[in-house]
Amino acid sequence: MITPGTATIVGAFNTKQARVLPGETSSSITLKAIQGALADAGLELSDVDGLNVLPGLDYRNGSNAFGYALGIPTFWIGTAAPGPASVAEAALAIESGMCSTVVIASGQAQVHTDKDSVAPWTRPENEFVECWGLMTPAEFALSAREYMHRFSVTQEQISYVASVIRNNGHRNPEAVYHGRGPFTTEDILASRMIADPYHLLDCCTTGEGGSALVLTSAERARDLPNRDVRVLGGAWDSWGPSYTHPPTYDRTAMWGRKAADAAFARSGLGRADIDVYEFYDNFSWEIIRYFEAFRYCEVGEGADLVADGAIEVGGKYPVVTDGGTMSHSHTGESQRIQRVVQAVRQLRGTSAANQVAGAETAIVAQIGDVVLLGAV
Amino acid sequence: METAAGVTRPVPRASELTRPFWEACRRGVLLVQCCRSCSHHVFTPQDFCRSCLSPDLDWVESAGDGIIVTYTTIWRPQTPAFEVPCVVAVVALTEGYEMLTNIVDSDPAEILVGAKVHVAFREIAPEVTLPCFAVVAA
Repeated sequence: MITPGTATIVGAFNTKQARVLPGETSSSITLKAIQGALADAGLELSDVDGLNVLPGLDYRNGSNAFGYALGIPTFWIGTAAPGPASVAEAALAIESGMCSTVVIASGQAQVHTDKDSVAPWTRPENEFVECWGLMTPAEFALSAREYMHRFSVTQEQISYVASVIRNNGHRNPEAVYHGRGPFTTEDILASRMIADPYHLLDCCTTGEGGSALVLTSAERARDLPNRDVRVLGGAWDSWGPSYTHPPTYDRTAMWGRKAADAAFARSGLGRADIDVYEFYDNFSWEIIRYFEAFRYCEVGEGADLVADGAIEVGGKYPVVTDGGTMSHSHTGESQRIQRVVQAVRQLRGTSAANQVAGAETAIVAQIGDVVLLGAV
Repeated sequence: METAAGVTRPVPRASELTRPFWEACRRGVLLVQCCRSCSHHVFTPQDFCRSCLSPDLDWVESAGDGIIVTYTTIWRPQTPAFEVPCVVAVVALTEGYEMLTNIVDSDPAEILVGAKVHVAFREIAPEVTLPCFAVVAA
């Protein structure tokens, strides 16, 4: 029986995150994430009949292999990307009765070991891309540059975003880069250039760790220990295979708008009803892009919208409250789940730092994937 | 091209579909697919027209003229095989298609959004020629 808006996040967990986790493998850290999330939920592995698991970068077979390794007899598999899309998909599966309790998990360790090169997941393999030396920071720099040119936005306006996020991480004892700040916009601009307009401190970091979530029905959630966090709406929006076609502003700027429109329509919430903004912060301009794509302001006005403390905790639109991929952790894939974990902790009132007072609603977005969450 | 560290620069691995493009680059010719049905230019190569969906595509020579849509200068190479700084750009060709490329042999001060460019072929390895672009003097 389909009951919209009743799937509930009952478990949310990050393992220890670090630049390197000695002795861990992608599988071992993914297992720890799953065990942590189940313990947080007050559930057992025997309760789980749905999986969306990505150990390391095993995109093709991760859930099947891990489900077998965990000894679960048969199970539903979600195939949406880890993070907001996987949560929206799992909610649909639970609400339509395909399964009752879903674990979403990912973890990476020993994946980025050659530090002379950028992380392997940032080096595309397409024949019309790789020969130019493209990598993720450069890909995202291309559309950021075009935006700055079109709307006369300065480097300072963009790098301010990175200072806010890194300061959130500076205050978060669980962040890999805890205590490294505080940062001013000038500090971001003073770091070495990677792919202009992006400096080192405008970019995400790389490290190791795992994260997991447990979702179940509202009925089941009632007997479990944590404050319920409902999945109120979600969707995902794509524009083509990644790293394959030129990422111009025209192609990428509104990426996720349809997903946000669908998620808000389903939830019944308005844009102004959101308390916490857990946006994927792989590069500083992306945060500005989300606010424009999601209709918080007109195109070209995002840099003004985020300025002067608006996106800091205590401001109107607090973003990336754990420090995100820039400071908390970025492992290759599991960082997508961290955004949801942090939103859940905000809504439970248990954030390790930067708690948004009275937070009841959150938006989680990763590029084109969106999910809206609400505390019950 | 191998560096001291033994890391090689990735070279295009052509498929049956894309081989004519790369073979023409070795002759100093920039090819692009053109739809016989609606004259739309299609890049990167695919099996049918992106505009009218006709499978009737022909390889034609591009004039190699375009403008820079956007660009970035990379200072941290993806692997030690790449020399930096290295400029990656999206170029809009006059035929109406876009391609990713490197800007070479150009004054950094002239590499700007909207700058006119022309194709400049570069052999990066034996039998591997890339269609780069250079800024055309205003």
